[in-house]
Amino acid sequence: MEGILLATQGAIAQGILWGVMVLGVYITFRVLDFPDMTVDGSFALGGAVCATMITKGMNPFLAVLVAILTGVLAGYVTGFLHTVFQIPGILAGILTQISLYSINLRIMGRSNLPLLKMDTVFDMVQHAVYNLTGLELASVHVALLIGTIMAILVICLLYWFFGTEIGCAIRATGNNEYMVRALGQNTNVTKVMALMLSNGLIGMSGAMVAMYQGFGDVSMGTGAIVIGLASIVIGEVLFKSFKSFFGKFMSVVFGAIIYRIIVAYVLQLGLTASDLKLLTAIVVAIALAVPVLAKYTFFKKLSRTLHYVFARLFGKVKRQEGEQ
Amino acid sequence: MLELRNVYKTFNIGTINEKKALQDLNLHLNPKDFVTVIGGNGAGKSTMLNMIAGVYPIDSGMIILDGQDITNKPEYKRAAMLGRVFQDPMRGTAAGMEIQENLAMAYRRGKRRGLSWGIKSEEKEQYREALKMLDLGLEDRMTSKVGLLSGGQRQALTLLMASLQKPKLLLLDEHTAALDPKTAKKVLDLTEHIVETQELTALMVTHNMKDAIHIGNRLIMMYDGHVIYDVSGEEKKNLKVDDLLQKFVTASGEEFANDRMMLA
Ligand SMILES: Nc1ncnc2c1ncn2[C@@H]1O[C@H](COP(=O)(O)OP(=O)(O)OP(=O)(O)O)[C@@H](O)[C@H]1O
Ligand SMILES: [Mg+2]
Repeated sequence: MEGILLATQGAIAQGILWGVMVLGVYITFRVLDFPDMTVDGSFALGGAVCATMITKGMNPFLAVLVAILTGVLAGYVTGFLHTVFQIPGILAGILTQISLYSINLRIMGRSNLPLLKMDTVFDMVQHAVYNLTGLELASVHVALLIGTIMAILVICLLYWFFGTEIGCAIRATGNNEYMVRALGQNTNVTKVMALMLSNGLIGMSGAMVAMYQGFGDVSMGTGAIVIGLASIVIGEVLFKSFKSFFGKFMSVVFGAIIYRIIVAYVLQLGLTASDLKLLTAIVVAIALAVPVLAKYTFFKKLSRTLHYVFARLFGKVKRQEGEQ
Repeated sequence: MLELRNVYKTFNIGTINEKKALQDLNLHLNPKDFVTVIGGNGAGKSTMLNMIAGVYPIDSGMIILDGQDITNKPEYKRAAMLGRVFQDPMRGTAAGMEIQENLAMAYRRGKRRGLSWGIKSEEKEQYREALKMLDLGLEDRMTSKVGLLSGGQRQALTLLMASLQKPKLLLLDEHTAALDPKTAKKVLDLTEHIVETQELTALMVTHNMKDAIHIGNRLIMMYDGHVIYDVSGEEKKNLKVDDLLQKFVTASGEEFANDRMMLA
C-alpha cells in the first residue's frame, strides 16, 4: 500500500514537471494548430543545457533560465524555416529536432550527463525550507511543491498572454490565418512567436525533469510529442466541462499528471518502460479515432451504456451541455 | 482613390496549368464610387480583388491606393486601408473565438498589436451598439463562439468587422453567393446601408446581374483578365439584363457563361 502511495506521489510530481512541456505542446498543436515536431529535441535541449550549466558550476535557477532561452531559440529556428523558407511545418520541426540531437550531444559532450552531488533547484529549495522552518521535506514533496508553483505561474502567464492583443492574434491565427492577415497582422510573426513560447516552456520542462531525475540525457525527449498529445487528450476527455481558457490549461496539466499515474500503475502491473511507447501511441490513436468511431451505431450504444453505468456509479446523471 | 495600371498576373507560369488571370487590367476608382463587378467564370474578378489586397504579388503593373503605391506592400500592411468580405462565410471570422473577440481583432486592423488587453471593457459597449444595427440579436450573444452562427450571421458580422475601422476601400467578393436568397437580400441591404452611411468606396463582385445594375453608382464587366465594359450614372441605372448580355457578346464575341450567374 505504501509502495503504491509513494509511486503515485512520484507520478504526480513527474506529471506536473512534464505538464509544463504539455502546455507547450498545447500551444502549438491546439492553439496555433501547428504540428510542431521540435518538441522531442527542445525538451532534451533544455535538459542537456541545464545539466551542463550546473556541472559547470552555474546557479541552477540561472541554468533553468538558460534552458528556457535555448528552447525559445529552437522554436525560432523551426518558425524561421517554416515562415521564411516556407518549409512545411512538420518537416521544419523535424529538421530542428534532428539537428538538436547532434547539438545536444555537443553541449553535454556525452550522451548522458549525471548531476551527482550537484545542487539542483530542488536541493536548494529543500535546504531553504529546512533553514527557514526546520522542516525536512522528502525530495518528492519538494518536486511537488516546486512543480505546482511553477505550473500555476506558467498557467497564469499564459492566461494573461493569450488575452493580450498579440495573444489574441496568435489564437486567431490558429483559427483562420486568412482573416488575421486581412485584419492587418503578419501571421509569420504570430506563428514564430507561438513556436518560441511553446519551445521555451518545453525547454524549461526538460530542465526541471533533468534535475529531478538527476541527469541530462540525449534521448530524454524521445516520444515527448506523443506523451504531450496523450496528456492533452486525456485532459480534454476527462475535464470536458473546463470551457474557459484558464480551465483548458489546467486540464492539460491534469492530463499530464493522470498520464504519469497511468504509467506508474502499468509499470506496477509488470509491463516494462520500453512497452510504454506502444501504450502511449495506442492511447493517442484511440483518442483521435473517437470522433470517427462515434459515427458508428455500435459505439454510440457503447457510449450510451458507459454513460448509464457512470451515472449509476456516481449517482447522478450529468446533462450534456450544448446538446439539444 | 484606387488606380490599377497595366496589371498583369499569370498563375503557374511555365507549367501546363499556366493561366493568364489578369491581362493589362486598368481601373480608376473615384472616392465614394460603389462599383459592382460582373463577368464570366475565370474572368479574373476574384484575382483582381486578391491583387488589390495583396494576397499574391502581381507580375507587372502598378497598384495605387489613396495616393500610395502599394504594389509591393505585403497583405498585412495593406490591410490597414482595406475592408474585406469573402465569398466563403468561414473565411472572414475566427470560428473558435467569441463574437466580441472577433470584433476586437477587427477594431485593431491596421494598428500595432502589443501586450495590452485584446479587448477592453469600454469597447464592449461600442460593439453592442454596432451589433444592434445588424438586427440579428447578436448584441445579446457577444460571448458566443462565432462557429455557432449561421453563414448569413457570419457574413453580416464580417461586414461589420470590415467597416469597424473605416476602410479606404471595401472589397466584397460574391459575399452573398453562399447564402439563401432571403439572407442574401438582408446582407446586401446591410452592405448598401454601411457603404452609404460611412461614405465608403467599394468594389463588389456579384453573380446577380440585377443587383449589379441596381446597387452602386457604377458597373464594370470583366472578361479575360481586364475590364471590357464600364458604365456609371444614369446610363447604368437604365440598363437591362439583356443589355448587359448584349454588351458582353459584342465585347467578347462569346456567350456569357457563369454557372452561378443569375440572369433574371
Ligand atoms: N491561386 C491560384 N492559382 C492558380 N490559378 C488561379 C488562382 N487563382 C485564380 N486562378 C485562375 O485564374 C483565373 C481567374 O480566376 P478568378 O478566380 O479571378 O475568376 P473569377 O472571375 O473570380 O471567376 P468566378 O466567377 O468563377 O469566381 C481562373 O482561370 C483561375 O483558375
Ligand atoms: Mg471569383
